[in-house]
Amino acid sequence: MERFDRRYIFLVIFIIVLFPLIWPIKLPIRVSKEAMGAYEAIDKIPPGSKVYFACDYDPGSMPELHPMTIAILNHLFSHDVKVIGGCLWPGAAPLLEDALNKVGVQKFGKKYGVDFVNLGYKEGREVVMVSVGRDIPATFPDDFYGTPVSQLPIMKGVRNLNDLAMIVNISAGYPGTKEWVQQVQSRYHVILAAGCTAVSAPEYYPYYQSGQLVGLLGGLAGAAEYEKLVGVPGTATRGMDAQSLGHLAIIAFIVLGNILYLYLKKKGKLTRR
Amino acid sequence: MAALLTIAVFSFMYKDNPLYKFAEHVFVGIAAGYVVAIEYQNVFLPNLWRPLTHGHYVLIIPFVLGVLMFSRFTSRFNWLSRWAIGLMVGTFSGLAIIGFAQGDLVAQIQANMVPLRAHSLIDTFSNVVIVVGLLASLVYFFFSKEHKGALGASARLGIWFLMVSFGASYGFTVMARISLLIGRLLFLMIDWPASFGIQLVR
Repeated sequence: MERFDRRYIFLVIFIIVLFPLIWPIKLPIRVSKEAMGAYEAIDKIPPGSKVYFACDYDPGSMPELHPMTIAILNHLFSHDVKVIGGCLWPGAAPLLEDALNKVGVQKFGKKYGVDFVNLGYKEGREVVMVSVGRDIPATFPDDFYGTPVSQLPIMKGVRNLNDLAMIVNISAGYPGTKEWVQQVQSRYHVILAAGCTAVSAPEYYPYYQSGQLVGLLGGLAGAAEYEKLVGVPGTATRGMDAQSLGHLAIIAFIVLGNILYLYLKKKGKLTRR
Repeated sequence: MAALLTIAVFSFMYKDNPLYKFAEHVFVGIAAGYVVAIEYQNVFLPNLWRPLTHGHYVLIIPFVLGVLMFSRFTSRFNWLSRWAIGLMVGTFSGLAIIGFAQGDLVAQIQANMVPLRAHSLIDTFSNVVIVVGLLASLVYFFFSKEHKGALGASARLGIWFLMVSFGASYGFTVMARISLLIGRLLFLMIDWPASFGIQLVR
């Protein structure tokens, strides 16, 4: 067992994940109460309100988080909510720009500077978060393109987070959801919904349980649930079949490995490394 | 280019090879260069240089502190960087302590004060599990007394709860890794052929 070539496991996982991507099975997607919480919070925002969209991820987490960004932007723009986007990760600003253009401009015909803005990236992590809570124009004097924010119509009347309906945070780690909860939600008592990678999700469930987060989307499954809620199936929905079969394969390997372990232990053939 | 680099990285699953090494080095180099360019355009120019050159002379203080950080590259003057590092460590520590106290300590203690007898049977069971699991897990980390008797039993129960949480974390980690594989496969099957006007899969 110790000498079993792991490349066979890689090959099996590869084939099992590839199969449903080519021939979809269309397994049902059940919406969790955490995803529903985020959906309902965004659904309640009156048209014309403004939301701070904190985009804190990079291309390494795109498969899980970009579908969430697209689905949530679909929801926001379909309700005529204006989006003020800011980023705390260097690689996030172009990803946010891509999502805003695909959804805002191409699908809903929204206008940059009027219906949405990308304020770009700012270094400082928690300091930026606290600063955004106090004074957004002072924190982001220029937008992603170098235009002074004072010249943008969407920023009129926006001083700090109190002038916005809620914060939506999509995060891949640090700085991210945990810091937004600790530094902003606890300090300024704003409404905060978050989407995160599956690795981080267990850490953030206590924040949902305590009410600090009104909703939480965890990983590709969370993105697929939100796509189902907004009625815009995308890459997350497409990937869920492969996700489920991949998990079944891993479970099968774990069970098989444990059975073999117990059998070899009973036979006394188990060799210690 | 993205597709070829993806395939080069995947080649590591067979064995380590020069193609994989090349892709790895390209990624590290481009990431470092990109971050430097972004920091200059999005942070240095709008938040420091332009305001400083337009009359906000108080910004000379953070400018000097930032320059002092580069003294790390000298052996004679690297002690100067400790001023800047000390300020940064102090600021972030202060923010972290407040954030932890507000967001984690107080709020989470409040949230875990749940009634042990709720309206429905499921909620009652859930609340009891939360309280028992929380207390048992905390007892496990109490090392001022030997884990014997009732304390030992509570600690062992706490270990079970911790193991369940580790299992849940592992499951989510597996989900994350499979998601990354799915993302790359969708790129190779859909986005890459689409750039040549080919539809490989529907």
